[in-house]
Amino acid sequence: MAFVNLKNREVQVKIVYYGPGRGGKTTNLEYIYNTFNDRIKTEMIAIKTQGDRTLFFDFLPFEMGKIKGYDVKIQLYTVPGQVKYNATRRLVLRGVDGVVFVADSMKVRRKSNMLSVKNLQENLATYKKSIFKIPLVFQYNKRDLAGDGIPLLSAETMEKDLNSKLKVPSFEASALKGDNVVRTLKKIITLTMTALEKEFK
Amino acid sequence: MTYVLDQKELDAIEGILEEDFMDIGVRCVFLIDMAGNVIASQDAGKMKHDIYSLAALAAGNFGAVSTMAKIIGEDEFSLLFHKGKKESIHFSKVLKDFLLITIFDQDVSLGFLRLKVAEAIEEITGILSRQMSP
Repeated sequence: MAFVNLKNREVQVKIVYYGPGRGGKTTNLEYIYNTFNDRIKTEMIAIKTQGDRTLFFDFLPFEMGKIKGYDVKIQLYTVPGQVKYNATRRLVLRGVDGVVFVADSMKVRRKSNMLSVKNLQENLATYKKSIFKIPLVFQYNKRDLAGDGIPLLSAETMEKDLNSKLKVPSFEASALKGDNVVRTLKKIITLTMTALEKEFK
Repeated sequence: MTYVLDQKELDAIEGILEEDFMDIGVRCVFLIDMAGNVIASQDAGKMKHDIYSLAALAAGNFGAVSTMAKIIGEDEFSLLFHKGKKESIHFSKVLKDFLLITIFDQDVSLGFLRLKVAEAIEEITGILSRQMSP
């Protein structure tokens, strides 16, 4: 639910990082926080369990600068990935404008990626939103693990598993090293802003 | 869904927040939506809190408590109150999609604040429902 403030000429947009547990959603936000320190005026908010897993969400407000004369404030959120936290995951999706799906490239996580996409579709549906219509980008994370000899799914397999029907942009990435983290972010911002513009016309 | 508020509507909302709350000594009052966006705020220059983070947490908090309400068979808890040693926070729902949040200290009585909140909600509802109905 983006909000356009005509008085201050400001647009607030909500983008949610979704995906299975331990996939690297929080790591994406941490990398963005460290890279764009100058644009982020506050601390990143993280509601975690004692074991350092996301319990509710992480939150990072991000100033995009001006687009067509409007100050664009992007609010980045992550959801808790663990299956048992579905109620809180659904809450974070309320009013979402764009989604980055962070998939885990490890072979052993193949099924949890697919279940998580299905779960995203179901949770969006509770807000009467369609996974086929919402601005969405896939990120195939942890590509750096190939160097450590850990068996990974090929990008083609992941495309086929997750993106064969949706056909949205996707990136191979390493949130830990920062590869393609910013490209993923730029892509979802572009898609989301284009969708908002369309809605206004 | 995207919604737009123009200068006149935002001026009116800010006016309500200022008149109803700044005069009774409330530190900070802000109106947010359930997605965590900040619509309007007033703080008489006294507060330096990060209201964007507060808004994200408040929307999440209210959502969590509403889900708890459903589990015990209530439709919702329409207001929440967190008491601190010096500062307290009061949350109240406006229409289906908005929250009015006030931060105040011990000098403000909770009963009086609740009266003012009810007044303000009635006025704000008028403006927002015009906006939300297509």
